[in-house]
Amino acid sequence: MKSEKLTIAGRSLGSRLIVGTGKYPSFEIMRQAHEASGSEAVTVAVRRVNLSDRSKESLLDYIDPKRFMLLPNTAGCYTADDAVRTARLGREAGLSSFVKLEVIGDEKTLFPDNEGLLEATRILVKEGFVVMPYTNDDVVMAKKLRDAGAAAVMPLGAPIGSGLGIRNLVNLTLILEAITDIPVIVDAGVGTASDAAVAMEMGCDGVLMNTAIAGARDPVRMARAMRLAVEAGRLAFEAGRIPRKLYATASSPLEGTPFIP
Amino acid sequence: MIEIVVNGRRRDVDPGLTLESLLAALELPPGRVAVERNRRVVPHGSFATEPVEPGDCFEVVTLVGGG
Repeated sequence: MKSEKLTIAGRSLGSRLIVGTGKYPSFEIMRQAHEASGSEAVTVAVRRVNLSDRSKESLLDYIDPKRFMLLPNTAGCYTADDAVRTARLGREAGLSSFVKLEVIGDEKTLFPDNEGLLEATRILVKEGFVVMPYTNDDVVMAKKLRDAGAAAVMPLGAPIGSGLGIRNLVNLTLILEAITDIPVIVDAGVGTASDAAVAMEMGCDGVLMNTAIAGARDPVRMARAMRLAVEAGRLAFEAGRIPRKLYATASSPLEGTPFIP
Repeated sequence: MIEIVVNGRRRDVDPGLTLESLLAALELPPGRVAVERNRRVVPHGSFATEPVEPGDCFEVVTLVGGG
């Protein structure tokens, strides 16, 4: 049995839910959703500053650094080189060695580029980063990333922002069987609370999501739903579910049933 | 004036600037940004001494919302 808390490279988090900071209707709603999610880690993106309009509020005014660990991502990078440079900038901006590593291979699906992802992982591990790669739900790739020094593997449940849930339970099960020494965190694809619960019931160590909360009609309420789903799913996993059976098994005793002659 | 590139755009600036004075001229708070000069990240502690030279290419980034 893995440890009680989600622990990544020695850093323990009080929640197994990691949430994003993008696409919220406002920073204030984001702040409230973060609060409701119970999460202690949030992803952020690295982007050029706007040199023509500096009046915009800063995201960082709405994230308490004492409460949340910042997890800069390399979203939008299509080569290992771009991802490595973005990770270095993210470390300097966020003062955190943790990186959610993305190397994207296709605009339409936003599926990862496996070769670039592995190359970038190796480089960043060597530079002392805590690398958390967003990867396909592919056990071979997960093992390669683990062997390259990744601190966690983060397989997709479905395409980013799709809300399709965990599309391939078998692939995720294979990853969970093979990767037992570092956390397996489902990243991308969750659409609603039951998707998060499914991932956790299967034995995933955590779930990372952005759009499912930020894009919900009521993000704060959905954040709470996700918190409860992740907790419920984890509890169910630890409790151990009953085996599935084709036919009924009576819950009430047969002995003493009235009216039987 | 010397020509440099900031975030992909050419820009003329006074000669003799440091990265710190460049950021001040751009009205950017140094604590909230990270800077790459010619593909190498400049640590915050070196902003005051990092020179700005003709042809330099800067990427000035900050953290924004993302997943």
